[in-house]
Amino acid sequence: MAHAATHDHHDHHGAPKGFFQRWVMSTNHKDIGTLYLIFSLTMFFIGGAFAMVIRAELFKPGMQLVQPYFFNEMTTMHALVMIFGAIMPSFVGLANWMIPLMVGAPDMALPRMNNLSFWIMPFAFILLLSTLFMPGGGPAGGWTMYPPLSLQGESIAYTIFAVHLMGISSIMGAINIIATILNMRAPGMDLLKMPVFVWSWLITAFLLIAVMPVLAGAVTMLLTDKYFHTNFFNAAGGGDPVLFQHIFWFFGHPEVYIMILPAFGIISEIIPTFARKPIFGYRAMVFAIASIAFLSFIVWAHHMFAVGLPMGAEIFFMYATMLIAVPTGVKVFNWVSTMWGGSMTFETPMLFSIAFVILFTIGGFSGLMLALAPADFQYHDTYFVVAHFHYVLVTGAAFSIMAAAYYWIPKWSGNMYSETWGKIHFWSSVISVNVLFFPQHFLGLAGMPRRIPDYNVAFANFNMISSIGGFWFGASQLIFLGVVIHCVFFSKKKAADRSWEGAKGLEWTVPSPAPFHTFDVPPVIHDDELAHGNTEH
Amino acid sequence: MTSGGIGRSVSAWAAGAFALFGGTAWANPEPNQLNMTKGAAEWSPYAMHMVALWVCVVIGVVVFGAMFVAMFRFRKSRGAVAEKWTHSTKLEVVWTVVPVIILIFLAHLATGGLTSFADTTNADMTIKVTGYQWKWRYDYVDYKGKGVDQVGFMSKLEETSDRTRQLKSNLDPDKIQVDGYHTYLLDVDKPLVVPVGTKIRFIIVGGDVIHSWWVPALGWKMDAIPGIANAAWTKIKEPGVYRGQCAELCGQDHGFMPIVVKAVPKAEFEQWLATQEDEAKVRKAAQTAQNAPAPAPQG
Amino acid sequence: MGHQQQDVYFVPSKSYWPIVAAVSMFVTVFGAAHWLNAQPGEGGFGKPLFWVGIAMILGMFFGWFRSVINESLAGNYNGQVDRSFRMGMMWFIFSEVMFFGAFFGALFYARLFAVPWLGGEGHGVLTHQFVWQGYEAAWGASGGGGPEKIGGSFQTIPAWGLPLLNTLILLSSGVTITIAHHALKAGHRKTLLIGLGATVLLGCLFLWFQAHEYAEAYEHFNLTLGSGVYGATFFMLTGFHGMHVTLGTIMLAIIWVRCAKGHFSKDDHFGFEAVAWYWHFVDVVWLALFLFVYVL
Ligand code: HEA
Ligand code: HEA
Ligand code: CUA
Ligand SMILES: [Cu+2]
Repeated sequence: MAHAATHDHHDHHGAPKGFFQRWVMSTNHKDIGTLYLIFSLTMFFIGGAFAMVIRAELFKPGMQLVQPYFFNEMTTMHALVMIFGAIMPSFVGLANWMIPLMVGAPDMALPRMNNLSFWIMPFAFILLLSTLFMPGGGPAGGWTMYPPLSLQGESIAYTIFAVHLMGISSIMGAINIIATILNMRAPGMDLLKMPVFVWSWLITAFLLIAVMPVLAGAVTMLLTDKYFHTNFFNAAGGGDPVLFQHIFWFFGHPEVYIMILPAFGIISEIIPTFARKPIFGYRAMVFAIASIAFLSFIVWAHHMFAVGLPMGAEIFFMYATMLIAVPTGVKVFNWVSTMWGGSMTFETPMLFSIAFVILFTIGGFSGLMLALAPADFQYHDTYFVVAHFHYVLVTGAAFSIMAAAYYWIPKWSGNMYSETWGKIHFWSSVISVNVLFFPQHFLGLAGMPRRIPDYNVAFANFNMISSIGGFWFGASQLIFLGVVIHCVFFSKKKAADRSWEGAKGLEWTVPSPAPFHTFDVPPVIHDDELAHGNTEH
Repeated sequence: MTSGGIGRSVSAWAAGAFALFGGTAWANPEPNQLNMTKGAAEWSPYAMHMVALWVCVVIGVVVFGAMFVAMFRFRKSRGAVAEKWTHSTKLEVVWTVVPVIILIFLAHLATGGLTSFADTTNADMTIKVTGYQWKWRYDYVDYKGKGVDQVGFMSKLEETSDRTRQLKSNLDPDKIQVDGYHTYLLDVDKPLVVPVGTKIRFIIVGGDVIHSWWVPALGWKMDAIPGIANAAWTKIKEPGVYRGQCAELCGQDHGFMPIVVKAVPKAEFEQWLATQEDEAKVRKAAQTAQNAPAPAPQG
Repeated sequence: MGHQQQDVYFVPSKSYWPIVAAVSMFVTVFGAAHWLNAQPGEGGFGKPLFWVGIAMILGMFFGWFRSVINESLAGNYNGQVDRSFRMGMMWFIFSEVMFFGAFFGALFYARLFAVPWLGGEGHGVLTHQFVWQGYEAAWGASGGGGPEKIGGSFQTIPAWGLPLLNTLILLSSGVTITIAHHALKAGHRKTLLIGLGATVLLGCLFLWFQAHEYAEAYEHFNLTLGSGVYGATFFMLTGFHGMHVTLGTIMLAIIWVRCAKGHFSKDDHFGFEAVAWYWHFVDVVWLALFLFVYVL
């Protein structure tokens, strides 16, 4: 072992030859990042396929395609796959690829654990998805798994263990990211010179370590309530079904910010690049992320306004939730100010970023409306909520990931993607996604509950429009797949090291594609090469 | 109630006109309805909703407007040269403080709405609502300070809807209509009958899993949690039929447990209640005769 | 092995342990889920699969740590790697704190809100009036079984018997491990081994008493996992703590062997420190348990 280690130490150049050695035994942050990205794209398609089943059944009133129970399985699985399989791992993949490059580190701090974090994920999802083929069917109680309903399912044990595995993976991934950022920065890369993306991940990683164990605790209680006679969530035994919701949302609300803070980081990289102007209010941006993270711990019960909380609690959680609009607003205003006075070009990453700012803000506005408890008595559990969270998740998180993919793929592959097809993908997506989700606001306000497989004919038109938008948006993602495959394998256009004219930061100082090993020796940091190196505040 | 053709047709026209122009979507979902119902009860979140909506629209216009101006003016293709500045304390203070002020205003409104909703005291009537997979049970507890004797019944999805909603039934949901209104999945075998102009307190519990009792025209929903009782209230202004649905995922037929509230004038209600009480008495007598000793009444 | 400045980063070699770990975790939980869903009396492959998985996990830990230890002994790790390990351990412990936090949260919620509300206090007036008439809320013996007295009537474990003893045992184990640490830093091998050995023994003693306490609870007090929310919080909190003590004791024993083999030097003994931190964490959790589960 010792011998092998020293051996590898000398042999710094080039990837291992064998497939198994390179991809399954990897300790290389770039390879692991690639694995994460491929995995999450696969999951995005699987979760999207489930969404297509949902939209197809909801195409018109009456039950045409699936049984109600299967519909609920689709809703539940769609959310679990998208959240834990698509969005979160793709952010981790981006962190793996970019953070070491951005802070001048040779790799992640704990490379073997990094490999484990990744390889747990496919197994966790095999476990989760296999329930769909089991006699009792998959979980069908919604991704929130509220008892007692979730305890009626046969597959709850598989789901719970899958969640445990995902949690372990996320926690290890987060520990790795924190250790990398705090311990592996090249000399001279001060904390306040780090790219905003790195900052956003530092804070996100903290959130992950703080709340994933809480989710593990909540589902463990579900498990013992189901199989070991405990009564955490049974009022007859002195427990309370609402207790689960408290614990779940103590995890769940920070979780939604786990899915948006790295997105904020990405957007804060891309907009300055294409505006050719440093980010406006760097420190305020970092401080806003930290405030959002802090506030995220004290707002959880805004998901529970209709469970019958004491009035004092409703008021507290309502105020705390509304407060989040302030730091988030700071971010939005700073992005706009970064664009103001810049010299902008509109390549695909920039287009996705601009769409992000607008559409995420729309999702934020509906979030603010939901935060008003008396109004939420009406909005809660309707399609208005569904519209809200798809705006922040799809045109927020997912758009930011696409923006990131277009932005950094030259660095990953060494090739430029096809700008024409990138733009086609963008315009097709941005139009269809609004056709898909905007009418859902109307449906919710008119009174359509969420998680139903069939509905009154009054809701027919907007559901049909939404479904058409859904199929269109789904099909548009095939373009994305095509662009990525073309770029990696077939593109003739080589990328420059600094692939974008206005790009700053260490990642653009290494060759494209980034060689298997970078920064074997700590780089010398020149402040003017950094995005935030010599900005004065 | 009224007799005579003229009166009836006038009121029908008036109702139609009202639905079209006055308050579209006043009681029940309308095709292509865009906005929240104004509601039929004294307490309604409609105003709160509209204020919040307009606040968001205005902020949106300002922010997105600024963005579009920036995108137009500061593009490289128009020869824009990037500025060097990176912050402005003055601006940053402004856009921290202004939102705070807006939020305080909204919070003030919302707190008022919340306090009035939380006050379930001084109700003239109590109804206990219990959610089951997949039907509702209504028990009349008291009315005008007097206990109601064993009036209670189950209320579940009406039959034609139930047949139509079976997978590949090939029945047309459009065909299911009551009074010209499409009631597919929104009609029950036995509606909840209540008086108008009366403050009604609802006690809401779950029988098996969590459900949520929601009639949009009343302006709120409240979870029905097994083993825990929640309270809410309403005071309906106009007679009418108000439809809603279970709003918390409760298993495979969650989409098929509608709620219908029939609000009638007080006198009519009292008559109805008396009939129900009589029927309950007859039923009880028959039962006692059949199998004494009678089982203790539940709940 | 320069500690302060490194001009070359260290990147470990590729390894098959991570994938072994992932597979064994999968086998374990897949087996466990199958086992849980098996009908009583039915055989099925769940149970054997679960145990195979556990065996694989143990083997994996053994193999993975052996390779890390060898690399460490070969002097491959520099100060930066050491710091990464430390951070990893600290944040891991933080995640454990949050895990216990979930269960403490459940305990506080049940005691301060759920049970009193069921009994009609404050926010629970209507619940009491309409659902659980006549239920008198109390924590512990009569109240913890809930309104339906689930699990029958039971007694609770008095704080000032075994639990107090166990508190003293864990506290003194905290002292002995600190003595051992100082001895290690001062280079007193014998004191080190005695101090650490004593810690291991105290850990075992604690576990033995706790097993005793559980047996007592089940046999004489009728206090079981099914004794309403009281039993649930009691056994889940003390049980998870007990599992952590077990793990900690095993790790301490391994560290003792490593000390005996002379693996650690005065200023390079992260393995020792990591386990010591873990042990202190387990200690602190116990103090909270003692206070909130037994005394109050
Ligand atoms: C990425 C994910 C994400 C993000 C970022 C958010 C952001 C926010 N969310 Fe959302 N939310 C979800 C994901 C997310 N949410 C999900 C998944 C659910 C449903 C879960 C389920 O039930 O399955 C949900 C549900 C949900 C609810 C519960 C609804 C219900 O079930 O009844 C509420 C209620 O308060 C809420 C509020 C908010 C608020 C106030 C924000 C704020 O952070 C938004 C802040 C942003 C802005 C306000 C816009 C920009 C600001 C300005 C331009 C400044 C000026 C503005 C003003 C002064 C108004 N969300
Ligand atoms: C990050 C999270 C995320 C993402 C990205 C999405 C993406 C999408 N979501 Fe989802 N959604 C959730 C998170 C997410 N969702 C959550 C948390 C819930 C709540 C669940 C619950 O209630 O428990 C939910 C619920 C939810 C509902 C409500 C279900 C219900 O209440 O019963 C609907 C309905 O329209 C929906 C639709 C969609 C659609 C159409 C997309 C699209 O954006 C998907 C687009 C992607 C693809 C389609 C895949 C790519 C393409 C192909 C596979 C090719 C083949 C396709 C064609 C040729 C058409 N989602
Ligand atoms: Cu009952 Cu949903
Ligand atoms: Cu939230």
